Amino acid sequence: MNRIRNVFANGKAFIPFVTAGDPNLAITERLVLEMAEAGADLIELGIPFSDPVAEGIVIQKADERALAAGTTTDKIFDMVRRIRNKLDIPLAFMTYANPIFVYGADKFLANCSACGIDAIIVPDVPYEEKGELLPSCEKYGVALISLIAPTSKERIGMIASQAQGFVYCVSSLGVTGVRSEITTDIAQMIALVKTAQNIPCAIGFGISTPEQASTMAKIADGVIVGSAIVKLVEQYGEHCVGPVRDYVLKMKRSISA
Amino acid sequence: MQKGRFGIHGGQFVPETLMNAVIELEKAYAFYSKDAHFNRELDDLLKNYAGRPSLLYHAEKMTRDLGGAKIYLKREDLNHTGSHKINNVLGQILLAKKMGKSRVIAETGAGQHGVATATAAALMGMKCDVYMGREDTQRQALNVFRMELLGATVHSVTSGTQTLKDAVNETMREWTNRIEDTHYVLGSVMGPHPFPTIVRNFQSVIGKEVRQQILKAEGKLPDALLACVGGGSNAIGLFYEFIGDDSVALIGCEAAGLGVDTPKNAATVANGTLGIFHGMKSYFCQDEYGQIAPVYSISAGLDYPGIGPEHANLHDTGRAQYVSVTDTEAVEAFEYLSKTEGIIPAIESAHAVAYAQKLAPTMKKDQILVVNLSGRGDKDVAAIAKYRGVKIDE
Repeated sequence: MNRIRNVFANGKAFIPFVTAGDPNLAITERLVLEMAEAGADLIELGIPFSDPVAEGIVIQKADERALAAGTTTDKIFDMVRRIRNKLDIPLAFMTYANPIFVYGADKFLANCSACGIDAIIVPDVPYEEKGELLPSCEKYGVALISLIAPTSKERIGMIASQAQGFVYCVSSLGVTGVRSEITTDIAQMIALVKTAQNIPCAIGFGISTPEQASTMAKIADGVIVGSAIVKLVEQYGEHCVGPVRDYVLKMKRSISA
Repeated sequence: MQKGRFGIHGGQFVPETLMNAVIELEKAYAFYSKDAHFNRELDDLLKNYAGRPSLLYHAEKMTRDLGGAKIYLKREDLNHTGSHKINNVLGQILLAKKMGKSRVIAETGAGQHGVATATAAALMGMKCDVYMGREDTQRQALNVFRMELLGATVHSVTSGTQTLKDAVNETMREWTNRIEDTHYVLGSVMGPHPFPTIVRNFQSVIGKEVRQQILKAEGKLPDALLACVGGGSNAIGLFYEFIGDDSVALIGCEAAGLGVDTPKNAATVANGTLGIFHGMKSYFCQDEYGQIAPVYSISAGLDYPGIGPEHANLHDTGRAQYVSVTDTEAVEAFEYLSKTEGIIPAIESAHAVAYAQKLAPTMKKDQILVVNLSGRGDKDVAAIAKYRGVKIDE
């Protein structure tokens, strides 16, 4: 969990997301190395799920491609082990309750710890159900990231007071995906978090352009971008590493300015 | 902190964005379910709009033909819109209206729940969007047009297996997108708390009526109750009233598709394992990594990879028994009931009829078997013709 502290130690954090195994795990491995080189401060790896209810169409399709390519949780753990031999960047898994629960929460988090995953983000495990994962997370020293949404309102204090690592602030209603504008009063959400606990806040959902990232970075400690990167992976397939690296460079620069 | 548990099953596994919506629903239901005015309004709708109570019909020819238990059919097919789905929908939409919502959304498999939702939305002046897997829009094309006639917008869902599971995914996504004015009318005893409890309570009218009707007709309780199970709303609606009566056997009939031992089935209790999906912990058809399996049944309404959490618990405790019925057996039962009693059952309900054909002859003549005829089969006639290789020019 110490690596999570480093995420926000050097100015505003840029946090890219890719679906592991899209288009295949060899490319995902190269993407992680290149994104780290290009300035990513933490990398989120999606473990593909057959029915990702919090995802928009872009990441849904990425999950389908990854599963069709034969990606499994065990193969992803193997890839993370290979990455960890070369890289010390903080890494988080993003997936759903079922792949973790069916794998066995204890075994899953033991493997996370052993291969160097620092945090997990599980959108369908809200505060009320975190007992499903938290004991194993604590046992193995993996942070369970809390999410807050524009609809959280009076729940923010409760959630933030027990949050670990950083708080994932969902920028908008709906599922993941690129949005032309973000209208939520995120500054207000973040102020409520900071009142409950002085913990870093990263904003995700809908961010794709350097301008949006720059605006969001002014009010938060970090910016999370998923669908915009996954779209590049979809567009360029096995040749996506260069375009993604260039995109991450550009985004990191926009929030550091 | 864990709410809405049935043994180890149930819970509230939804994105944070939806948490206040399910909490708001739980509070509103807790209030209105005890509100005399609300209950009078709902009773009036059930009686004067849906046509309740539904008949408990003594299937004399079928009883004679099978030569065992005395068979009664609970005629949910005679309700307005042709299935038990209207019971839950009237309750939920009335509740949504009290909550100040102006729009309802719903998933549908066979189209029965979608039609019931579109109907009640029309009656109560609500906007209505229904999500239906593309494959189901083709299997149940007539129901798509029926919903549109009723003023609803039908969205064809092209993700995943393009069936009921994917329709639920898409309706949940839409709910996270628009919560303020929108209520999600979940159609079965599944999903996050409080849905399994709310839907069960609205459907429990079925079992309550059966108790009164059978006591009046026979002066004793039935020996066994049979119902088909997808998510399990008509089954729990029939069972719930009798859970405390140990002499009454509760039997749910799952869709075995081409057979429980083949890859093409939807028999969740027979083949499923414990998981967390669609807001609940329960049994699901899935692989070793928790990827949900692409299930199959001839019946769009039973073509679902999970089962409601209360059923999962009734299975764990042994209070209810779950059996599997194949496509072939269901189609034969569909034809059997049509010819024997002059009643065309929904292909979903035909799964329960099929098991009744097996069970009744093993029971004594003084025993009573109640089969829930959850819906009528008009919607399935074209599909059955196709199954039999008959070409119909509509």
